[in-house]
Amino acid sequence: MIYSYLFPCIVLLSVSAYFLGVHRAQTIAASSGGMRAMHSLPTHYGMFTALNCALPAIFVLSIWKIIEGTVISSMISRNLPPELLQLSANEFTLVMNEIKNVAFGWVNQSSTHPAIESAAEHYLTSLNTTRNLVSGVVLLSCIIPAVITGRMINKDLRARNLVEGTFKIILIACSGVAILTTLGIVLSVVFEALRFFQAVPFTDFIFGMEWSPQTAMRADQAGSSGAFGAIPVFAGTLLIALIAMSVAIPIGLLTAIYLSEFASTRLRTWAKPTLEILAGIPTVVYGFFAALTVAPMIRDIGNWAGLSVSSESALAAGLVMGIMIIPFVSSLSDDVIFAVPQSLRDGSLGLGATRFETIRHVIIPAALPGIVGSILLAVSRAVGETMIVVMAAGLSANLSFNPLTAVTTVTVQIVTLLVGDQEFDSPKTLAAFALGLLLFVFTLVLNFIALRVVRRYREQYE
Amino acid sequence: MNTMNTSTTNLLQPTKDLRRRYRTERWFKRLGVTAISLSLAFIGFLFITIIADGYPAFTQTYIELEINFAEQAFTRENLAAADYPGLVKKSLREMFPEVDSRQDLKRLYSLVSPAAAYKLQHMVEADPRIIGTSRKIWVLADDDVDMLMKGKMDREIAEADRRILDNQLAWIDKLVAEDKLERRFNAAFFTSGDSREPELAGILGGIKGSFLTLLITLSLSFPIGVAAAVYLEEFAPQNGWTDMIEININNLAAVPSIIFGLLGLAIFINFFGLPRSTPIVGGLVLSLMTLPTIIIAGRASLKSVPPSIREAALGIGASKMQTVTHHVLPLAMPGMLTGTIIGMAQALGETAPLLMIGMVAFIVDIPGSVSDPAALLPVQIYLWADSPERAFTEKTSAAIMVLLAFLIAMNSLAVFLRKKFEIKW
Repeated sequence: MIYSYLFPCIVLLSVSAYFLGVHRAQTIAASSGGMRAMHSLPTHYGMFTALNCALPAIFVLSIWKIIEGTVISSMISRNLPPELLQLSANEFTLVMNEIKNVAFGWVNQSSTHPAIESAAEHYLTSLNTTRNLVSGVVLLSCIIPAVITGRMINKDLRARNLVEGTFKIILIACSGVAILTTLGIVLSVVFEALRFFQAVPFTDFIFGMEWSPQTAMRADQAGSSGAFGAIPVFAGTLLIALIAMSVAIPIGLLTAIYLSEFASTRLRTWAKPTLEILAGIPTVVYGFFAALTVAPMIRDIGNWAGLSVSSESALAAGLVMGIMIIPFVSSLSDDVIFAVPQSLRDGSLGLGATRFETIRHVIIPAALPGIVGSILLAVSRAVGETMIVVMAAGLSANLSFNPLTAVTTVTVQIVTLLVGDQEFDSPKTLAAFALGLLLFVFTLVLNFIALRVVRRYREQYE
Repeated sequence: MNTMNTSTTNLLQPTKDLRRRYRTERWFKRLGVTAISLSLAFIGFLFITIIADGYPAFTQTYIELEINFAEQAFTRENLAAADYPGLVKKSLREMFPEVDSRQDLKRLYSLVSPAAAYKLQHMVEADPRIIGTSRKIWVLADDDVDMLMKGKMDREIAEADRRILDNQLAWIDKLVAEDKLERRFNAAFFTSGDSREPELAGILGGIKGSFLTLLITLSLSFPIGVAAAVYLEEFAPQNGWTDMIEININNLAAVPSIIFGLLGLAIFINFFGLPRSTPIVGGLVLSLMTLPTIIIAGRASLKSVPPSIREAALGIGASKMQTVTHHVLPLAMPGMLTGTIIGMAQALGETAPLLMIGMVAFIVDIPGSVSDPAALLPVQIYLWADSPERAFTEKTSAAIMVLLAFLIAMNSLAVFLRKKFEIKW
């Protein structure tokens, strides 16, 4: 019972250890002639004691939580009848789940195998005894180090250095989370993608022209030809990204140039945040807007003009995606253009150029690396966008560059493959990880190039 | 070559060449204004469409029925087993005694939502003394009736193309004439969870799920983000490891959100075995996504604290850690909070990674804790956008309005905090 309250207990004990440490430091200080005689402040001694109380306990508790499942399973499986022990791995986990369900009372007991019932009782008793044991160990590992360090406190103990060193290690660990995340992404995606490439060859995937991810669930099932050629999917992504950039680049750049060169300060102060609203709207809303308002509008215009427009046209998804990307291009370009020094502008104007000629001949060339960088980042955002295309673009992998047809993109395929009901090991679901790997590599390369371009060609202004 | 000196050039009268150049500039300015107005027009169009589609969802059609809680219907011990739909049907038959064929009776019964029976059950269970009395009760109408009353269904088209048939139209008109059918404020939208019936669907499940998930996201990403920003800005030496961490953080900020979903699926659900579709996993994935934003914003606000503060603290004998925790961090905290609020606002609107970890199920119950299956508000919008019933369109728009209201509130809070606590060095 005390197991569920272990964490609050640890916190409580650590807080009391802190106050005990502070009190002890103050008594020692009083007897050695004041605070000046101690190496560190009382809070440091208190924090030292508290850390020595909390950290070992948390360590032991974490280790237990990791190994709890396997320990209990092995304790029970020693007593199971031999026919249950010989089951395959999947069926054995089912048996274990059934034992847990019966033990916690989630299943009607009368309908189970008698061996499972006795195993369930055994499960409960062993769980309780081990948990009580672990609670005792954790509390001991909380109290004993605290008492030992309490005894260690004297005026020469460099508590401040020890405490600050511990905190610095905690800070370094927190910074390492970023590396761990990237490692996690790479490992998870690469691992599963490699399993996919064992079933479908890499060249078939990259260069194949037909995408039809169906795999047979049984040997005699019809329609089981799994064609995993990703070129139509890439083409769809490219088409929609192209449409999006052809909307976002002109509007974004013109907005940026106008706001930084011609607009009054008042217009700039309220127009910039208003444009940021476009970036803050969730992509679900854009997807809903594209599917329910923009796509029917385009279809009606197309029918009125005599063209055959699909109701899930790439044009609808691309347009709305372009609207979403406008603030990316405009904000980043605006910052770069604003950073061009006034002396360049003044020199050009002094020679008799008009404002537009200054922009065309002086400012844009000076700000070009930053603008190109912002466009590359916007492209990477367009390629990685999911919700707009899931809701507004189609699922059929057509290899066409006609914006009025329905195309599918990499992100749509990842979503449909993983939200479906195939088992996790089949090539159909693993294809999603292969697509994810390609997407990750593509956006990484794009961001890297954007950063290098900006850094290498950036003008050095004095 | 000195033709310029001999021609009569009047500086106050521009030449043709100069006029052309000025004309080009005026065109360019007009282009710029057009671009800005186009962007603002998109925003306006989006908001107007959503609000126009969504505000009818805040009212719902109700029908007044006279229900006789006859004693004979409640003969069993279990109040929940009584035939409540039978009571509703009896009341409808009494209001329209001329309807007798089986098909017509079915059409009559379908005017009232299935929720009416549940409302009667709740009333009886709350106060069993009403058994034996007769009451006038307002119950929810079916969603097709609701769409008709809101003008979304065209009465003029042929009967075969409509969901409301002619005889149903006649009954509805009679009820309107007798003041037994009216539209009221739809409180159920804010107090109930998801449902297959559009008139019963509400966003409370989505709001609570979002709240729990954001709580976990905040409690994970804020401490880790602030700690990482402090280390990278104050303590990190200039070597290869630090460069690598910085490159990693900048890359993570630009990775598509669906990749984080793949990470959550492969590691949190498959490897660690966390329960699917719960706020725990959703919060973990979202906190990994907001971490780079908080770290970058934190570093920027730490950088803005002038070095004189640090040097003064070091000068009177503080250690590096004491300088940072007692002097630099409190001064940089407003900027960090603003960055965190903006990061949370971005996390609130994220849907793609949550689809990967399974938070796309049809959850009816309101989640009680962080380990109950939950749907978030953006995922709820996505699910409703896919539903075929006509009435879900307005519900989706109304849910979008609620989501946008939350986002606007959070962003305004961030801007307000920034303006209030900004220190001009």
